[in-house]
Amino acid sequence: MELLGSAILILARWDVVAALVVGSVGGVIIGAIPGVGAAVAIAILLPATFSLDPIVGLSALLGIYGSSMYGGAIPAILINTPGTAVNALTTYEGTPMTERGEARRALSLAYSASFYGAVFSIVCLILLSPVLAWIAPMFGSREIFLAALLGVILVVLAHRGQILLAGMMAGFGIWLNTIGLETLQYSQRYTFGQTWLSGGVDLIVVVLGLFAISQAFVLLVEPDKRAHAEPITGGLLSGFKELAVYKRVAAASGSFGVMMGMIPGVGEFTAQFLSYTYAQKTSKTPEAFGKGSPEGLIASETANNAVPAAAMIPLLALGIPGEALTAMMLSVFYVHNVIPGPGLFQNQLDFVVAIYLALLVLNVLVLVFLLFSTNILLKVIEIPTRFIGMAVLTLSFVGVYSLRNSAIDCAMAAGFGIFGFIMKRFSLPIVPIILGMVLGGIMENKLRTSMMRVKTPLDFVDRPIAFMLFLIIIIVLASHAFGLWRGFKTSRESNR
Amino acid sequence: MTQHREESIHRPGVQIFIALFVLFAIFLLSQLAAETRFVPNGKLVEQPRFWPAIGVLSMVCFGLAQIALSWRVKAGWNPGEVAVWLRAFEYLIWFMVYVAVVPVLGYLATTMAFTISLALRQGYRDVRSLGAAALLGLAIVLVFKTGLAVKIPGGAVYEYLPGPLRNFMIVNF
Repeated sequence: MELLGSAILILARWDVVAALVVGSVGGVIIGAIPGVGAAVAIAILLPATFSLDPIVGLSALLGIYGSSMYGGAIPAILINTPGTAVNALTTYEGTPMTERGEARRALSLAYSASFYGAVFSIVCLILLSPVLAWIAPMFGSREIFLAALLGVILVVLAHRGQILLAGMMAGFGIWLNTIGLETLQYSQRYTFGQTWLSGGVDLIVVVLGLFAISQAFVLLVEPDKRAHAEPITGGLLSGFKELAVYKRVAAASGSFGVMMGMIPGVGEFTAQFLSYTYAQKTSKTPEAFGKGSPEGLIASETANNAVPAAAMIPLLALGIPGEALTAMMLSVFYVHNVIPGPGLFQNQLDFVVAIYLALLVLNVLVLVFLLFSTNILLKVIEIPTRFIGMAVLTLSFVGVYSLRNSAIDCAMAAGFGIFGFIMKRFSLPIVPIILGMVLGGIMENKLRTSMMRVKTPLDFVDRPIAFMLFLIIIIVLASHAFGLWRGFKTSRESNR
Repeated sequence: MTQHREESIHRPGVQIFIALFVLFAIFLLSQLAAETRFVPNGKLVEQPRFWPAIGVLSMVCFGLAQIALSWRVKAGWNPGEVAVWLRAFEYLIWFMVYVAVVPVLGYLATTMAFTISLALRQGYRDVRSLGAAALLGLAIVLVFKTGLAVKIPGGAVYEYLPGPLRNFMIVNF
């Protein structure tokens, strides 16, 4: 109770409340604009939050992270264009419902499913806290190294159909992180004699280039699109009643979202896919899926929104980001000298609880905002895409230049922008680059410190958690190798 | 999703992009000895060369494996794709010109000029769109520089303004 009071005190400040409101409302608006998304917005706003208190900056960014998917459902349902990439499955059910004249029902269901998924996930996070606080101190250097290694492996394997490319990009990220002066032997790495490379390649420069500037280029180069959506009439609260009818699908989808969110590198797409497949397989009307099934819509939106809170678990407890957005947030923690990991749970548990509460509050804010302003948000959808590209490019300058007032940073970000632009045109994996950079740094650091106490290879896994993580890595790799072998065998037999 | 990802390998130009990336990785590998240090008698994982080697070798090995697996894919080459890349380069130049001009003319004037001229380049000619572009520039400056006080230096031209106005412009715009 004392802990809760202390957490409430952290949040009960006008600047924190303002950051939550701006972040959550801004996140919904950004999510509703097709082609922008939370990654672009967080990348741009990240440097601006450095001058704020950690909890203020994090509240704003959490607001965007947690609310963008609510907004993304609006264009997905009304104009068959997902606002954020993870709303793609929502179009399968939302658009047919709109075509049948059930746009209000679809939106209402999406809002209630999103709210349920998010709150379910936050409750799980709160309930898991004591367990995390108990387990987290058992994570030493070697456990964190193994967890980061597992994260890299899972990120690569999650890119089914592009695993080799994802591995190549993760390697690129690891290499990028090593550029500059290394602090153990004080030697330069891959600077090619250039002093401007001595400081290394800043993660935020890469993130802004790959996510924001590249997206601006995509929007500016592609033909201008201007969507139109019909206004919604009537209330949007009825979705909660309908959600209660499909409570089994909602509960399963929320659970998939939490589980997939907790595993580094997996995230929304897998959670959605599993939930949608489960909902279809267990539905009494599987034939309705893809033609406007409320169950499909609930599965997609519940799973999506359950992921952000769950993704905070490995970030807060171990300091290991599971995907690009939490990787960006990790840099906010570092800038403010708040080091996520076992120490955070031991020494600043009130700060952790304040983050949970902030997540809860922002979801309530978003729901209230959406219930009253969906029709206003339809105006946002109508903004021409090239105009949005212009705004993103202009805003990207603030993000990069305000870091160090360096034109070189801007040139590097623009270079990564072109690289990201080409990768986006070919649908090649970008996220492994960011996670390679972040997790590569963690792995280098933790492997060095852990090897000081390791005499033989077996010593590395002689602690229970280290052994478990090692075992999981072996199982993951073995099951993937088995899957490849089975696929190869099947294709050889079918060729015969 | 998986099918979509597999299809991306078949798009015109993607093989060339991957091949160029692998060539870059091979170049990095060739520079490994020159650009990183090896400490004699030091532990392997403590070598400054260890992690760059992991990164570069992953790039080369995964990249070569990708090329080996997809070399039979006849994706072809679409000259139109290069034109699209070049159009993106045009906006890179726009961006870098913007970066170069801000310290001279100041954030407010440059941003408004940038958004309006970019809107014109995008084909927006009507007063409403150009006004919206100007407003966008103004709003960005007001939110970030005036409101959030992000670190963007004042323009060199502000030095020619009278004392109090000069300070006001440097702090806010």
